[in-house]
Amino acid sequence: MSTVTVAHHEEHHDHPTGIMRWLTTTNHKDIGTMYLTFSLIMFLVGGSMILGIRAELFKPGLQLMNPDFFNQLIGIHALIMIFAALMPAATGFANWMIPLQIGAPDMALPRLNNWGFWLLPPAAILLTLPFTLALFGIGDGALATGWTFYPPLSLQGGIGVDFAIFSVHLLGISSVMGSINIIVTLFNMRAPGMTLMKMPMFAWGWLITAFLLVATIPVLAGAVTMLLTDRHFGTHFFDAAGGGDPILFQHLFWFFGHPEVYILLLPVWGFIPQILQTFSRKPMYGYKAQVYSLWAIGALSVVVWAHHFFTAGMPVPALLYFMYSTMAISLPLAVLFFCWIKTMWRGSMSFETPMLFAVGWIILFGIGGLTGLVLADVAADAQYHNSYFVVAHFHYTLFAGGIMGIMAGVYYWLPKMTGHMYSEKLGKLHFWLTAISFNLTFIPQFFLGLAGMPRRIPDYALQFAEFNMISSIAAFVLGLSQLLFVYNIVSCIKGGKKATDKVWEGAEGLEWTLSSPPPYHSFTDQPVVK
Amino acid sequence: MATHSKNHYFVPHGSLYPSVLSAGILLLATGFIFSVAMDRSKDLAYLQTPGKWMMYFGTAVILWMVFKWMGAVISESLSGKYKNWEDKSFRFGMIVFICSEVAFFAAFFGALFYMRVLSVPELASYAPDITPYKDFLGTWPSTGPGGNVLGAEYVPPANFKPMHWMGLPLVNTIILLTSGATITWAHWGLIKNNRKQLVVGMALTVALGIAFLACQALEYHEAYTEMGLTLGSGAYGATFFMLTGFHGFHVTLGTIMLIVILLRCMKGHFTPEHHFGFEGVAWYWHFVDVVWLGLFIFVYWL
Repeated sequence: MSTVTVAHHEEHHDHPTGIMRWLTTTNHKDIGTMYLTFSLIMFLVGGSMILGIRAELFKPGLQLMNPDFFNQLIGIHALIMIFAALMPAATGFANWMIPLQIGAPDMALPRLNNWGFWLLPPAAILLTLPFTLALFGIGDGALATGWTFYPPLSLQGGIGVDFAIFSVHLLGISSVMGSINIIVTLFNMRAPGMTLMKMPMFAWGWLITAFLLVATIPVLAGAVTMLLTDRHFGTHFFDAAGGGDPILFQHLFWFFGHPEVYILLLPVWGFIPQILQTFSRKPMYGYKAQVYSLWAIGALSVVVWAHHFFTAGMPVPALLYFMYSTMAISLPLAVLFFCWIKTMWRGSMSFETPMLFAVGWIILFGIGGLTGLVLADVAADAQYHNSYFVVAHFHYTLFAGGIMGIMAGVYYWLPKMTGHMYSEKLGKLHFWLTAISFNLTFIPQFFLGLAGMPRRIPDYALQFAEFNMISSIAAFVLGLSQLLFVYNIVSCIKGGKKATDKVWEGAEGLEWTLSSPPPYHSFTDQPVVK
Repeated sequence: MATHSKNHYFVPHGSLYPSVLSAGILLLATGFIFSVAMDRSKDLAYLQTPGKWMMYFGTAVILWMVFKWMGAVISESLSGKYKNWEDKSFRFGMIVFICSEVAFFAAFFGALFYMRVLSVPELASYAPDITPYKDFLGTWPSTGPGGNVLGAEYVPPANFKPMHWMGLPLVNTIILLTSGATITWAHWGLIKNNRKQLVVGMALTVALGIAFLACQALEYHEAYTEMGLTLGSGAYGATFFMLTGFHGFHVTLGTIMLIVILLRCMKGHFTPEHHFGFEGVAWYWHFVDVVWLGLFIFVYWL
């Protein structure tokens, strides 16, 4: 049981270099790097698409693009941001950090891990190829239904819909493979002595995320497969003429779609408490309460889906059930907010960039959560549904709660991953530019929504002009500030002040016991956790 | 910090199989879209031929890569690289994978229940003069769209009959349940190190899997040629063929895996202590079996 092996892993010393290293790698750090790089590139691609949208919405009337192209940009922007930017970023962190945090030599299934990543570039190609094909006169562009694929529109759309269907299949397989790997790693690869209730919070967040992915992604795969057979093989799943129902698609889609929100957020809820703890220099408050709250939210998230289409028509008891169950999620979430704030309470706090992002994240994500509570109210939702209020709400949860959380993680772990400190001055500048322009972009959209401006329409009434103008200008500032983010990352990879092993004074956990950057193969001898 | 080594965890060499496999999948998907593109626009009919070739080529790449990948796993297993720790990873992984498969079938069962309990009765309950679906037939099994629907004329087949649970479906149930018993008997043989019982049990299981597929092919043939039951036969036809079709696809994969395992049993690849490959396929086979019981009850019987 305890022979210490030193001379193993010699089989890895011949690993290839150049492009072959990345195509063939089974190393969790390499794969994590690929996920994070892919995510950053797709973040910029999806972001530039939405800048096109904001340019069109800068003033009333149609200026830059026809409405169909506008719809294509909206749908592909959402799919890219959700599936190709946020999810791969979280998976990239999982690959990099979970083995380091739990003292494992690598992920449990390394070759599967590599496949999970390499399904993503083909999926991104499938999503964006229709734009290119349309330039050559093949088809009429990408998916133009919004990211939700609602029939009957998606039954009538051109080849862009088929491309998006297959892209979602590949993204889904990738997520399920990644989840299998993470679940197995967490159950089978923990260092001796690390019981489940000693796991870092990030590992807990990802474990529940992975369970949600395994339970819901295949349902999405089934739903888009039905769409495909309705389109090409004459079935009537979503066609009332044969006894089907377009609302059936909405049920299947949101059975996946609502847990998806938590799939995007749970990994962030995992590492934000670790950041708060590090920069407050005191232990995390309420570890157990947080773990149980994550479980409660994960469980509730699969039974609340129909609140996404209250206005589609449902019996009143169903409306009431979905309203109350949705609101019930705010209880465990409130426990989490309390724990996050209490972790900082009377701490010896300092505000490096990761901490700035984490604290800003709590406030902005709080706004996202509270506006969600308003949307969960059936009566109020009748007014807000399909308005810009919804757009502002979910950008507070997914941009602030998701992307800005990921940015906190990037600044937190970048010194560990690269071995260099990033520029604190530029990091802080990036935070303030992002936080201010983000709020200036989306606060006006709350008012636009309350005043009745509908989503997904390229033109609007004159009364909405001022707020749209503010929102568009701020969106461009927000977009351009992300170039600073890219600059910070690249310059940190290239050089900078040498990072210490512990990097942050208050950092706790196994990943900080390794050198910065960690060796290519870490923890080949597992540490013992007391 | 004290270090402690249980033993050495095997991290495989870098490998091109996953990335080339993904390229093959990209080719297959794009080729498929091209080959059906004319469904939406006749101008795209010229894409059909290149699309088909892309599909053939993509499928060939996928098969080749799966073959190589599994071959690498088998040779790593034979050279003793997988010990108890790795074995446990495979077991956990297979269980989670089967859970995701259950969720996939759940989507189609969900669609079946929704249509049967909610949408079909509701569509039939509307007064005929306020709905565009004037001749909609709200019976279950639904015979498919009928009459004039939004300008298109649908003619339900005159000889439509639903699939009865007696006959082939019952035979298939018996076949699959028996195959579950034979594979367990083979497993007992493996544990007792009785190679003959193992191989005979596996051969029986493979034969039963093939018999099931033959019966299903016969059933589909009857449905299309004699019963007027097709994919287009409304809610019933869609759920019937998609559920039984995806199940049949899984049985096909399962049978192929069983054949590989049978050959490996004959070569003596498995020991009583170390045979995850066998058990993983057996679990998959039992899963397929359980899904079939759900189909038999909810699609054929009730």
